[in-house]
Parts: sequence; C-alpha cells; structure tokens
Amino acid sequence: MNKITPLLLGAAGILLFATLMLVILPGWQMRTADAPPALEPYTVQQLSGREQYIANGCVYCHSQQPRATGQTFADLARGWGRASTSGDYAYDSPHLLGTMRTGPDLLNVGARLPSRDWHLTHLYQPRAIFDWSIMPSYPYMFEVKDKAGTDDVVVKLPEAYAPAEGKVVVARQEALDLVAYLLSLQRTYPVSESEAGMRDRGFDAVIDSGKQ
Amino acid sequence: MMSTLGFLLAISFVVSLVALGVLIWAIVNKQISAGKKEASLIFLDGEAGTMDDPSSASAQAVQDAHRFDVERAGIDKPGARVVLVLSTVSIFFLIVGSIFGVIASLKLHMPDWLAEYAFTTFGRARTIHLNFVAYGWLSVAGIGVALWILPRIFRTPLRRPKMAYMGGALWALGVLCGGIAVGSGWSDGLEWLEFPWQIDVILALGGAMMAWSAVETAMHRDVHHIYVSGWYYLAGLIWFPILFFIANIPGLHLGVQQATMNWWFAHNVLGLWLTPLGVGTAYYLIPKIIGKPIYSYSVSLLGFWGLALFYSQVGIHHLIGGPVPTWVVTLSVVHSVMMFIPVIAVAVNQHVTVAQNMWAFKQSMALRFVWTGALMYTAASFQGSIEAVRSVNSITHFTHYTVGHAHLGAYAFVSVVLFGAFYYMMPHLTGKRWPWPKLISLHYWLTVVGFAIYFLTLTVGGFFQGMELLDPDVAFADITRNILPYLEGRSLGGTMMTLGHIILGIHFFALLLAKRPAEGSKV
Repeated sequence: MNKITPLLLGAAGILLFATLMLVILPGWQMRTADAPPALEPYTVQQLSGREQYIANGCVYCHSQQPRATGQTFADLARGWGRASTSGDYAYDSPHLLGTMRTGPDLLNVGARLPSRDWHLTHLYQPRAIFDWSIMPSYPYMFEVKDKAGTDDVVVKLPEAYAPAEGKVVVARQEALDLVAYLLSLQRTYPVSESEAGMRDRGFDAVIDSGKQ
Repeated sequence: MMSTLGFLLAISFVVSLVALGVLIWAIVNKQISAGKKEASLIFLDGEAGTMDDPSSASAQAVQDAHRFDVERAGIDKPGARVVLVLSTVSIFFLIVGSIFGVIASLKLHMPDWLAEYAFTTFGRARTIHLNFVAYGWLSVAGIGVALWILPRIFRTPLRRPKMAYMGGALWALGVLCGGIAVGSGWSDGLEWLEFPWQIDVILALGGAMMAWSAVETAMHRDVHHIYVSGWYYLAGLIWFPILFFIANIPGLHLGVQQATMNWWFAHNVLGLWLTPLGVGTAYYLIPKIIGKPIYSYSVSLLGFWGLALFYSQVGIHHLIGGPVPTWVVTLSVVHSVMMFIPVIAVAVNQHVTVAQNMWAFKQSMALRFVWTGALMYTAASFQGSIEAVRSVNSITHFTHYTVGHAHLGAYAFVSVVLFGAFYYMMPHLTGKRWPWPKLISLHYWLTVVGFAIYFLTLTVGGFFQGMELLDPDVAFADITRNILPYLEGRSLGGTMMTLGHIILGIHFFALLLAKRPAEGSKV
C-alpha cells in the first residue's frame, strides 16, 4: 500500500459498516418496542439511588440480565428471574447490564429480597448477614450517632458488628436512595412473544430444533 | 423481519469474505506490490544483516550497528522531546494504574480493607485501574512509540511536534481528571466509557492533535511505500476518534441499544486501537532488531485488512445469551471465529521471522519482550475466538476467566510489546545506555512469572466459577468460597507484575538522570 487516502478511507469505511451492523440496525430494531405497560418509570429517589449504584461501581460485580432456561436453569432457580428482554430496560440510561457475576444478578433483587432493613444492614456490613460474602462494606454511606434523630433510619446490626457504647448506625440519604433503587428492580411481569423474540435465542434453538 | 435480518447477517459476512478475496487476488496478480523490497524499507543502506539492540548488545556491537546514526538522529530529533514526555507520562500512569489494580484485587478477598474511603471502594479502584492503564498507559505509550517509529519508516522528521506535544499534555490532563472524577463517584457508568463525556472532550481534542501530527508526517514522507506498521498506526489513529466520538454523544444511546453500542465501542478499543498499536510496533521492531525483513510481507496485507473486516464486528459476543437480537449476537460470534485468519497471518510473519533467528531472541532483551508479546497476541486471539463460541461462552461469561483473557490481550500482548519498545527506543532517544541491564532481565522475569500466576489462577478459578454458576444445585455461597483462593493467587501475580513496573520506572528515571557518556562510547 502506497497511498494514505485509500488506506484511511478504507479503514474508516469498514468501521462505519461495522457501526451500521452492530449499533444502528439493532438499535432500529429494538426501538420499535414500547415500554411494557407493567413497568413503572423510576421515581426521583430511585434515580438518585441509581446514581449511587453507578458511582460505586456495583455493575462490576452484579449483572442485570438473567439467562434463559434454554441456556441454564440456574438463574431461575436462584430467584434471579425470567430471561430479560429489551423492554425491561426501557427506562435505563445508562444501561447497567453488566458482564460479571462475582455477586448475584440483581435485575429482580427487589422481588427476591424486598426488605429495606435487610438491604441497609447488608450495605453497611455484608458479613453481618453472610459470613462468606466478599462484597465491600459501605460505611461511608452511613453515620454513627450517639442517639438516633426522629427522622433517622437506624440500621439493625448483630452485636458483633454494632458500634460500641450504645451508639447507633443510621443510614445517610445515599444509602436510602440506593436501597430504593434496589427495591425497584423487579421485572416479574410476563413478556409477549414478540418481545421475547428480540432477545438472544441462540441457546433455545438447540432445544427447540426438534420441533421446527 | 427476521428473514430480512438473517439476510443482513449473511450480507455482512459475504461482504467481508469478498473483500478478502479481492485482496488476495490483488496480491497474487501483483496489483499491490508487497515483497522483500518493501519489507526492507525499515533498513537504511547497509543496516540490514546486523543486529540492532542498544538495550543488550555490547558497546562495540552497538557502535558498529550505528554507522548511520547521523541520518537517523536527524529524523529522530524533532520528535524526541514529545516522545520522551509521552513515555514519562505513560510510565506514571502505568505505575499508578497498576497500584489501583492491586488495591482492587486485594479488596476482592479483603473486603473490609480501606472500606471507609469511597475513593478506593472496589467499584472505583477497579475503574481507575482500567482507565489509567488503557488510556493513560497503553494509549499514551503506544502513541509515543508510534510518533517515534512513523518518522523512521517515512524517513522524514515528525511534523508539528509542538502540536503533538500540546495534544499529549491535554490527553494526560484528561486521563488524570477522568480518574479523579471516577474516584469521586462522577462516572458515565458504561464500561470503558466511565470518564464523564465533559472530560472526554479534552481527551478527544488532545488525541486529534497527536493524530494530526502523525498524518501530516505521513503526507510528507520521503518513501513511496508505507510500511506495514504505518497501516496499523494510521488506521488506529482514524478508528479511535470515530469510536470515541460516536460512543460519547450524550443522550443518543439508551437501554439495550446502549449496551450494543457499549460493546461495539469497548471491543473495538481493544481490536482497532490497542491491537494496532501493539501489532504495528512488533512489525517494526522484530525485523529491525534482528536485521532481516519479515518472513512474508504480502501476507501482512491479509492480516491488516482481515483485522479491520472481522475485528470491527466482534463486540456483541459480550452479550451472548443477553437481551439483544439473536442475529447480531450470531454475527459477532461468526466474526470472532473468523479472526483466526488475520491472526494466523500476523503469526506466520512475526513468529517465523524470530524462529529463524533464535540467536537474536537469546541476545536481545528488547526482542525478548516484543516477541513474547507477539506470541501472546496469537494466544489471546485464539483464546478469544474460542471463547466467543456459544457453548464455551456459556461457561466463561460473567466469570473471572474473562478478566484473565482481557489481561492476556491488553497486558501480556500490548503492554509487553511496549515494554520491549521502551527498552529499545530509550537509548536511541537519549543517546544513553540503560544503567543496569540486569534490571531489564529482572523486569522480564517478574512479568513472565507474575503474569503466569495471574492468568492461570483466573483461568482455572473462572472456569470452575462458570461451571458452578450454570449448576442450580450449587449454592452461591459455595461459588464465592471456592473462588477465594484463586483471587488471592491473582493478587500475588498482580503484585509481581506491579513490582516489575516500579523497576521499569526507577530504571527509566535513572536513565534520564544519567550523564551522557563521553564520545566514542556513544550509543
């Protein structure tokens, strides 16, 4: 190759072709779908909690995309929910699908673990609930006080993790927001066939091939 | 609609195959000339046939090999300052970035360590690590080496070095600000795109200024043919801005569509940005150090265009089994497997060249790094192609296996090639020899052993983690307990690698501070 212009144009052209295939066409296909009627938009508090989820990098250990039963029964069996479809993320910006499961999938954590108090304790000190957990503790989302104020939400803690001398741990606003977001993660409504057709069914095909 | 999309999928694949067919036809019919003559362009008259590595050879051999230093020095000189500054900046980000990596790794098995500081919580430390090493180390070091090699293969001094210098400063400032933003909890939230787009504007501006300098140098070149390293560098410098711009347009992307964009971007950063920097550098240094042109130059055309055609469409293999249409997942899986073609093309060229000259591999520390990196490129690409196959991906997806694979590509390949480039380049750039050659060897072995531990623990641990995640009868508690020893092993390997970086850093600054040797023993 001896010329700069064809080299650069060829390189750029190939990338634009890839952009058409990977970004524009799938986007065009999936945007034809409306948000499922049963899916509520996030409230202001849930959105603030979502900001906390992003700011603290929860996505690097928790996916939000349960797998289909054609691929594995494990996700459903663990209570992570049915296989998700593009409509489930209609209000998600930025997306938080994740690529890692150092911790469990969270797309239905609000349905699986619906207690605010449980989540507050777990965020303050995961090992207060599961001795095997390797999730970080988030003490900076909480405050240790001598006495709880009237509006304060006190975190329930076992003796081993409670602060000394009768002090209490109360949740800061960011912890309350984050829990509000976690509890909003429920995608338990059924999905239509056309919605389900828009997710990756490459694994289902192996099972269904006999029928076709 | 499904049949339409199936048709599109087939079209995309056929287009890629036809393009490759045309290319092979053109080479066979001598429409494009790419032979020994073009491949030997990296040598000045009389240079071919002698080994050239100031990091390892004896002073006499170095002197003999550099009878043409006057001409080389004239070409190297205008860009020397900017390349030196970029090298310094990149080593700073390498060390800080890997320290954050070690912090993140330790936190996975010591979750309450440093927990009271938000800045270093796992999710932020890990993200600072990724962005510092990808954008602060690999990108800056890669651009620095490219701005040094491009004038050499074009036989003309670097154009607009001041502009590149300013661009480098802006870029470094952007990466630093981005890291501080992420540490403070201000993130765009997409993997590989965490830096807030407001800060990305600074990066884009800096990157464009450096690319301008490279392209203008190419336009003023004093040779007819563009050597293969130049294709990779110039294409990379065009690809990255396109990727970065489209990915960062605020408000354009949403929901699952944003996820496909995210992985189109993130995998192309590896494939169309970091890989060209690494492959281009290896394509120059391997034959240059050995003193013989690469094995089969025309095959390198196949490697280059194959990479462009196939690598650009592999990104959605990160969403296999996810809420995205089947056809686009399949498209990426197919192209991932097709990556065997360009990777084998590069492997034939680079590995055969070294294998025929093993004496050089034994003698030259710089070549030892570069070839090790080139071998790991082959390994990482083969592994990646296999990992994209659905049945394998089912196990490895969502696990630490993927982290091991990512480091095989970004670290064992690109980083290690760049280490070799630094060891080769710095003596040329400064006119001084490395003060303690034994430290180069120590760095090499820390890298090899540290990375082997890192990679093997994550690969084995990640495989078991993946098998257990697919098994409904295994409790999540047990999966976590079982992965723990492997995570500890990773911290050990990562610490050794970081130690190697600190040694490189100390050695680098010692070289900068060393007195220039008296005339006669000049490098």
